[in-house]
Amino acid sequence: MEAVLESEAPRGALRNTAKMTARGVSVYYGDTKALKDVDLDIGENQVTSLIGPSGCGKSTFLRCLNRMNDVIDICRVEGDITLDDIDIYRSGLDVVQLRARVGMVFQKPNPFPKSIYDNIAYGPRLHGIAESKAELDDIVELSLTKAGLWDEVKDRLLGPGTGLSGGQQQRLCIARAIAVNPEVILMDEPCSALDPIATAKIEELIDELRQNFTIVIVTHSMQQAARVSQRTAFFHLGVLVEVGETEQLFTNPRDERTQGYITGRFG
Amino acid sequence: MNSLLLIAILLVLSSVGYAFGQRRARVVSGGHPSTLHSRPQYYGLYVALWCGIPSLLLMAAWLIIEPHVAEWLLVSNLPADAQQLSPDRLSLLVNDIENLASGNIVSREVDPVLQAAADGYKAVRQIGNAAMAAAAISLAVLGLAFARRRIAPSLRARNLVERTVSVLMILASTIAILTTIGIVLSLAFEAWRFFARVPITEFLFGLSWSPQTALREDQVGSSGAFGAVPLFAGTLMITFIAMCVAVPIGLFSAIYMSEYASPKIRATVKPMLEILAGVPTVVYGFFAALTVAPFIRNSGEAIGLDVSSESALAAGAVMGIMIIPFVSSLSDDVMNAVPRSLRDGAYALGATRSETIKQVVFPAALPGIVGSVLLAMSRAIGETMIVVMAAGLAANLTANPLEAVTTVTVQIVTLLVGDQEFDSAKTLAAFALGLLLFAVTLALNVVALHVVRRYREKYD
Ligand SMILES: Nc1ncnc2c1ncn2[C@@H]1O[C@H](COP(=O)(O)OP(=O)(O)OP(=O)(O)O)[C@@H](O)[C@H]1O
Ligand SMILES: [Mg+2]
Repeated sequence: MEAVLESEAPRGALRNTAKMTARGVSVYYGDTKALKDVDLDIGENQVTSLIGPSGCGKSTFLRCLNRMNDVIDICRVEGDITLDDIDIYRSGLDVVQLRARVGMVFQKPNPFPKSIYDNIAYGPRLHGIAESKAELDDIVELSLTKAGLWDEVKDRLLGPGTGLSGGQQQRLCIARAIAVNPEVILMDEPCSALDPIATAKIEELIDELRQNFTIVIVTHSMQQAARVSQRTAFFHLGVLVEVGETEQLFTNPRDERTQGYITGRFG
Repeated sequence: MNSLLLIAILLVLSSVGYAFGQRRARVVSGGHPSTLHSRPQYYGLYVALWCGIPSLLLMAAWLIIEPHVAEWLLVSNLPADAQQLSPDRLSLLVNDIENLASGNIVSREVDPVLQAAADGYKAVRQIGNAAMAAAAISLAVLGLAFARRRIAPSLRARNLVERTVSVLMILASTIAILTTIGIVLSLAFEAWRFFARVPITEFLFGLSWSPQTALREDQVGSSGAFGAVPLFAGTLMITFIAMCVAVPIGLFSAIYMSEYASPKIRATVKPMLEILAGVPTVVYGFFAALTVAPFIRNSGEAIGLDVSSESALAAGAVMGIMIIPFVSSLSDDVMNAVPRSLRDGAYALGATRSETIKQVVFPAALPGIVGSVLLAMSRAIGETMIVVMAAGLAANLTANPLEAVTTVTVQIVTLLVGDQEFDSAKTLAAFALGLLLFAVTLALNVVALHVVRRYREKYD
């Protein structure tokens, strides 16, 4: 019985609880097909990393998961993606609610030109999460603490968010995403603009966040993928080539394209 | 020699110099242009500049000085009795002689003395021109030869050309600045003469404006009043009405264009809105006077309001329409300049499109938007034609937009239109008004530029 299931299930399927599932996802930008028939499960309270050479469709896939592709006029998504077994592309679904549940952190830190406090409070205010000023204050402090930024900024909460260093700005953006208390956090190369120390801090943070959140991270650094993720998916030319336990994928890849990429032969 | 012809000759010489310089550079490099400090074109330019600039400068200097020299010679050659004439009459005589020399109509009878003077003057000018042409051409040739001899592989022609070009550019901008200063000074000078007649406090704080001065001492009812307050109040009211029209419409269309419209629609709507700025203000003027004002009066009467046929409301509303593109176009640009990543950040937090615009895009673009509004406002303050035609001439000090008011610019026009003495307080008042208006719009522009610049720094 078990063996039958295994062979019938798509390659990217997870046997244990999957928070999100993608089945037959294809994405078109105008006439070009950027993503071809991807099946992938995102495990709950796990870090899933997406790796692959530049232009292979990692960001595109990530942006499907919270429908950020809707913002791009020429982009069209096919296939099914579910969050807790509910199709997120079905008509009538509230995209705003979806994005409150699936948060996102971008490659380049993009704090709003507002104060640090207002940056964090933006999401909670938007969704009416806090009942009172005191509660909002608590959310801000908690989010900043979780993002490991509280000690550095607690005396300048009303200072501009854009006045922070790059690494601090990125942690501010993570705190901003946490503040709406999402279930899934998508991170698109969150460390690519940061130095090794800031990167280490964020990696540490990701590991802690795993307790409460499901995380998907796109990264170009295989060491990073190996350090922070439990599960890794390798994309190549818009195709999901291989997905598996991070350790297995890096030590014993099944596909030779994966082998080639992780040993640095192309990409 | 005709100065246009001379300029053409100098330019031809310069291009010959360019060719010479380039060739010479190739020769001194011994067939290996890579041994030169700069590429051969720069040596060509170097020679061309040496050839053209000094000679053209000489020519310019000559054109400025020559008439004065010729006139001075003319006067000193006149018979003694003519030289004894009063300065006014002497200048009249000189004028006649110059006209006679150039074959124009002369205001007096031509006697032999006059004819002789004119002939002399003509001869002087001809000789002078010929000498100048010869001097300029030889200077050009000298410059060419000098620069060509200096060409050597180690000559840093590129740096020299670069520096010369930058000096030329500085010169050009200096001319623009000097012109502005000149305008301000001439305004200030005339205004100063005005304030010698009317105390500055009365001008700045006086509440009534009726710029009539007596032509004769014994004339009645002509003691002028030069209080500028009603004019500035009128200007402010009309500007305010215009902004009430232009800011909401302009902003909403900017938001529509930058956030909602597809690129195709934006590409058509934006130029169409900008056409509004290109309509001649006279056309707006009669639109205001013949269409909008009667409409406002009729609808006012229909609801029992007393509206004068020339009202601040009509002029202000039409002016507002005119400046819509200033607000919409610039605001659209600044909102487009708000980085896409900021919008994405808001969307990713679950903001809707209008929330994103309201809470992220708009605040981020606010300084730029303020700048655009201020620029539109200074445009509205300076606008004349619409107000002349639609707002009237009565300097009422009122807060009722349905009454006729007048503005600073309108009064400047009426003060200077028609035959006027150039030193009456009435005429001079125009300069004082102009100066004050200039100060106000300048201040607005400075604020606007400052705000816009601060905005730029934030996102670069
Ligand atoms: N907005 C867009 N319009 C058109 N084509 C796009 C757009 N965004 C991405 N693409 C195309 O889709 C393909 C996948 O892009 P994507 O950004 O997902 O790559 P990626 O794997 O994230 O690359 P990188 O590692 O460089 O970020 C690329 O070929 C890209 O050119
Ligand atoms: Mg990417």
